[in-house]
Amino acid sequence: MLAEEQPRAPVAPKAALRELHFEIEQLNSEYARVLDSERYEQFPDFFVDDCLYRVVPRENHLLGLPIAAIHCESKGMIKDRVNAARESTMAEPRTLRHFISNVRVLEVIGEEAIRAEANVLIVQTMINRMTDILLSGFYLDRIVRSDGCLRFKERLCIYDSLLLPTSLVAPV
Amino acid sequence: MDTPTRLHGRTWPVEGAARVPSWVYSDQDVYNREQERIFSGPNWSYVALEAEIPNPYDFVRANIGDKPVVVTRDGNGSVNVFANHCAHRGVVFCRHARGNAKRFICPYHQWTYDSTGMLVAIPFRRGYKGKGGMDPEFKLQEHGAEALKVAARNGVIFASFDFAVPPLEDFLGPKMLGYFDRLFEGREPEILGYMRQRIPCNWKFMFENIKDPYHASVLHVFLITFGLFRLDQRSAVEMDETGRHAALISRRGEQIMNEATLELANFRKDLKLNDPRLIEPAREFPGDATVVMQTIFPNVIVQQQSNTLAMRQMVTRGPHAFDLNWTFFGFKDDTPELRQRRIRQANLMGPAGLVSVDDSEVLALSQEGAQVFPDTDAVLEMGGRSTADTDHMVTEAGVRAFYKHYIEVMGFSHAG
Repeated sequence: MLAEEQPRAPVAPKAALRELHFEIEQLNSEYARVLDSERYEQFPDFFVDDCLYRVVPRENHLLGLPIAAIHCESKGMIKDRVNAARESTMAEPRTLRHFISNVRVLEVIGEEAIRAEANVLIVQTMINRMTDILLSGFYLDRIVRSDGCLRFKERLCIYDSLLLPTSLVAPV
Repeated sequence: MDTPTRLHGRTWPVEGAARVPSWVYSDQDVYNREQERIFSGPNWSYVALEAEIPNPYDFVRANIGDKPVVVTRDGNGSVNVFANHCAHRGVVFCRHARGNAKRFICPYHQWTYDSTGMLVAIPFRRGYKGKGGMDPEFKLQEHGAEALKVAARNGVIFASFDFAVPPLEDFLGPKMLGYFDRLFEGREPEILGYMRQRIPCNWKFMFENIKDPYHASVLHVFLITFGLFRLDQRSAVEMDETGRHAALISRRGEQIMNEATLELANFRKDLKLNDPRLIEPAREFPGDATVVMQTIFPNVIVQQQSNTLAMRQMVTRGPHAFDLNWTFFGFKDDTPELRQRRIRQANLMGPAGLVSVDDSEVLALSQEGAQVFPDTDAVLEMGGRSTADTDHMVTEAGVRAFYKHYIEVMGFSHAG
């Protein structure tokens, strides 16, 4: 079982919460669209400047170990990561598709800070191969409103199987 | 002692270690013989770091070749390694990746082992109401889980199925022991985390990759662009006497145009990091080497690239695949800043590594080619045909040295 904190009763009134839930669904859908269509140059804009983006095996997460498969502690590092995926990495061509579901708003702190989570399944298709599962897992997010848009202050992608197939080339 | 197999039809090319026949990467009989002679033979395989089992009765699972083992610390504080294989019906009885347990109970018939792998209880051993049960002559102590020989040095645990294995220090030889002790010099390791990936290629392709500095200087745009490993830097390839272990040693350079970088199609003068903290090193080890990648035969790569340290254990999964299990570590006395550098620099490594993705991908492609052209030979003549140490990177001497040893251990005869 996951050792996640129990959700506190959200403070936002019901209609506002429904609106927020919808906005987060939209954010996740856009996030998936940008990555699945390889518009990597747009990817850093999902984050505020001072941010944390990590892709972490569930094993490390549960054991409290700090190493991540992808660890970016600034928007600059996220830019470096996507530049590397595009410019400096030698990898077989592939298509990824994200399925993000089960969005839950865990906590709303005032108007500005939201804690949320969502499940994620990513399938991968490569030349001469049928579609395979790349990973399943969940996102743990801290979302803030900046310039009228929801952006990630923190996004952790915690993946279930420590063992990944060959490689993880792009952000997920 | 030769096991008669179809291997007798195989002969190694006359050029010796300067050629590698592609069938070594796909033949099931070759794989079986490797399991027998290499992974179960008189060699020390890496299994775990002591920091993973700090307390009495802690345990962690590992593999040697494809065989599962359990690494434990018993009640006396000693380290034990035994096969994860019930002496009764062969069940892989330890089902958790790690934990703390005084007893291991096989789920099938509840044969029970202690933390040293000794069999301590069998249900209905004396039967029920005078009927059934084990023969009175049956001795529990003769039916424990198969014990392995264990050696630990400065927090690193090795094990061997073959009790005739030489002492670890002799097995490594003085040069390789020197590089090992450079990293594990007595500071207490601390586990920082795990990554694992299954790569669809034969384990030898991975091992060769870390003995081959030639590829690193052309394939890895990230390494060569940011000067982390490039052939214009003062470097060396060193082997032990047998050729099975090796170390690649290098020093950082600048992102500048020179005779070497001009020839490197993959050198990118234009690439700049938005957040250079990603690769900012802190001096940590004596001497001026900033990279030492050590291959310890048969199953581990010891990684020191700047401040990112990891044991990369190879677990064979048949001739066509292996798992690469990365254990990242630092040391108990690391400052918070050094610890943070290790976490940042781990971005270069693992299944999503800015450098290691290139390798994982290329290794998969190597297998794809090798397994469908089994009767072709790889040509290893960069730096001539020598298997001696070099003071440069433009060589495949480390790979040839490995195959010189491999041919001998596997008992292959040369053609001609």
